[in-house]
Amino acid sequence: MAAMLIDLTLVGFMLAIAVMIMFSHRLFAIIVMSGAYSLISAAMFVNLDAVDVAFTEAAVGAGFSTVLFLAAMAWLPAEEKRDKALVVLPLLICMVVGALLLWGVMALPPLGDPSAVVHHHVAPRYLAESYDKLHIPNVVTTVLASYRGFDTLGETIVIFTAGIGVLLILIGATGRQPSPIPHDDTEDTDEK
Amino acid sequence: MKNNPVLRVCSKVLFAPIILYGLYVQFHGDYGPGGGFQAGVIIAAAFILYGMIFSLKNLKKVTPPSVVHALMGIGALIYGGVGVVAFLNGGEYLNYNYLAADYAKGQHWGIILVEFGVGLTVASTILGLFMAFAGFEFSDYKQRKRR
Repeated sequence: MAAMLIDLTLVGFMLAIAVMIMFSHRLFAIIVMSGAYSLISAAMFVNLDAVDVAFTEAAVGAGFSTVLFLAAMAWLPAEEKRDKALVVLPLLICMVVGALLLWGVMALPPLGDPSAVVHHHVAPRYLAESYDKLHIPNVVTTVLASYRGFDTLGETIVIFTAGIGVLLILIGATGRQPSPIPHDDTEDTDEK
Repeated sequence: MKNNPVLRVCSKVLFAPIILYGLYVQFHGDYGPGGGFQAGVIIAAAFILYGMIFSLKNLKKVTPPSVVHALMGIGALIYGGVGVVAFLNGGEYLNYNYLAADYAKGQHWGIILVEFGVGLTVASTILGLFMAFAGFEFSDYKQRKRR
């Protein structure tokens, strides 16, 4: 009951922030609010006992993305260009996708249902082995790094590749060599 | 922002504890929530804070971009290397049971090393991205395009 109440409050906050983002035209406000949105979804993951996911969401979603957006904001106008065009098609797509997602959620087993299929495939073996045989209390780490080691290797490679790609676009575009000493000492744009 | 005493003092006080916390999350991942992904972001956050307060120029002296870019690959290589070591010891690729004589110990070593690789890659990628974004000069870009 308490968890339900907390969830409802958090969803209320998220809805309020989403509506505020929709009606706001100031870029700075939108970025800060999307950070708050991530923080609230992190709180929601804590409520679901998914502490590791909450951790990641708080660090990446609320922390780093916000910083990146703020860094990118320096190159954008502060106000959104107001577009008075009709938005029927995007609205329609959003509603159809939302309805499909809701329909999909209906078919999911209830949260924490012990008889759900996912809890009967490999999960019991992982839970039993992780602590008794390997002495690693955090099963999430065991699954992530050991049982699903290939997936995590793939994730690491994805992060690496994405980083290389973005660095090539940004540094390659400006033609700047990544040197420890900035080649132009007269300009100091960072100390505004 | 370096001329604001509140920001300067707070960031100086916070810098070391943030890194310490990041290391705790990194190496305590077996026992509590956390692991390489989270720790990487936290450690990168400490350097980003430093860069935001004390200018990008000083951050580039602390963490030279060339080193950061190299660490991106090294982290991924550590992960892959653990798999190769397991492979050479007679097991399957990434089968940590073969890393040590005792399979539980092998799993411990494997997980710690792999998480270290992940943390290295994530931290350096995020730091590299931040430096690239913050140091991006739009005028250079336009000039380049015109040429």
